[in-house]
Amino acid sequence: MSETLIAVEKLDKLFGARWALHGVTFTIGHGEIVALVGPNGAGKTTLLRTIGTLARPTAGHVWIGKIPVSEHPNAARGALGFVGHQTFMYDDLTAQENLHFYARLYDLPNASARVRAVAERTGIAHRLNDLARTLSRGLQQRLTLARMLLHQPAVLLLDEPYTGLDKVAADLLDHIMLEAKSEGRAVLFSTHDLERGLAVCDRAIIMKAGKVAHDLPRAAWRDLAGFMEIYARVLEANP
Amino acid sequence: MTFLRQMFAIVHKDLAAEFRTKENLSAMIVFALIVLVVFNFAFELQGVDLGALGAGILWVAFTFSGILGLGRSFAAERDKGSLEGVLLSPVDRGAVFLGKAISNFIFITAMEAVTLPLFALLNNTAFAWFPLIPYILLGTVGFAAMGTLLSAIAASTKMREVMLPILLFPVSVPLLMAAVKLTSAALQARAFDQVANWFSILLAYDVIFVVVAFWVFEYVVEE
Repeated sequence: MSETLIAVEKLDKLFGARWALHGVTFTIGHGEIVALVGPNGAGKTTLLRTIGTLARPTAGHVWIGKIPVSEHPNAARGALGFVGHQTFMYDDLTAQENLHFYARLYDLPNASARVRAVAERTGIAHRLNDLARTLSRGLQQRLTLARMLLHQPAVLLLDEPYTGLDKVAADLLDHIMLEAKSEGRAVLFSTHDLERGLAVCDRAIIMKAGKVAHDLPRAAWRDLAGFMEIYARVLEANP
Repeated sequence: MTFLRQMFAIVHKDLAAEFRTKENLSAMIVFALIVLVVFNFAFELQGVDLGALGAGILWVAFTFSGILGLGRSFAAERDKGSLEGVLLSPVDRGAVFLGKAISNFIFITAMEAVTLPLFALLNNTAFAWFPLIPYILLGTVGFAAMGTLLSAIAASTKMREVMLPILLFPVSVPLLMAAVKLTSAALQARAFDQVANWFSILLAYDVIFVVVAFWVFEYVVEE
């Protein structure tokens, strides 16, 4: 197996009396794309947010490469790119100002060149001078992808990234993930769009009630119907 | 140096957004001016002891108007999840707090800079700007620091507009008392010796508010 880029060990997250995550353990290597699937409330978003340092785990550990996240969160953040449910953009700033702002937070050298490069990569270079609030949902999602790529992170975490994307933008996202794979980065994304998600991933982790119910390599299913069969069996099984 | 660069990136972002829309600052200034005009008509301040009433009126205008701006400070960050974008970056949480507090200080000071001359104009009086200005600025430092912290707390609640004043006013009472006493002394041109204790209290609260808010901020903004 390739060297580990994301290691999650016995991760617990408690919200009140409910386990949002319970004993979650897995690793993801360099150049791996892993899809997180499962019903609503399975813990996918909480897992991504915890790995992404947005939520503190109740117990357990996360490493990004060799960095223990709980001990060196800022070092880990520098290696993480995150796309969540929201755009993280400021409506009253232009797309370019938004990207420059994040470039300054990441303390990037050659910020202007990086902004230009990611804007061209995500197809928003022609709208850089427009206010973020004037961009369509799809363009805002492209801007979000540009922000994620700005600091060339080793690990990409994406929570429902296909939401609101048209086919062209979804294809672009697939391309970005495959390019990241070819560059040796690790990609972990959650999705309900199984057809698209399964087409691009190397592994699928099925989550159920805050636990990893199944961790399937790509070879374990032949097509979408085959995966759905396994998925249904896993969801129907008692915990 | 990275800490300062990141802190000023946040200040620059806030100023850029505000100068584009001018929503926050204009609302704060209009509110402060309304307070001044209403009090002016209510008390017919010309000819009355400015020191007795003026300081209170000024700080009512500053604090209520300041609350308006502070309330929007983190609400805007939460609306599109931008605060999470900032928190995902390798930025010291202290830099985020100081950046937001400096932005808020600048906005409140800008509102005060418009309010104060109008106060002088309405009362047809000239007063010594020193030590009045330093007193007001010192009061604003503590108010902006604690207001920034509590604004971050209030923004994550459902009743954030109501929550901020409920949280901020009780905590700020000692600071506001000291600020009013000092402002009153400055308006009456009283000697510093007479209000030295209040000056010490104001300074102490400034330091406490800034330090406590700086250290606590991380736990306020993270899940």
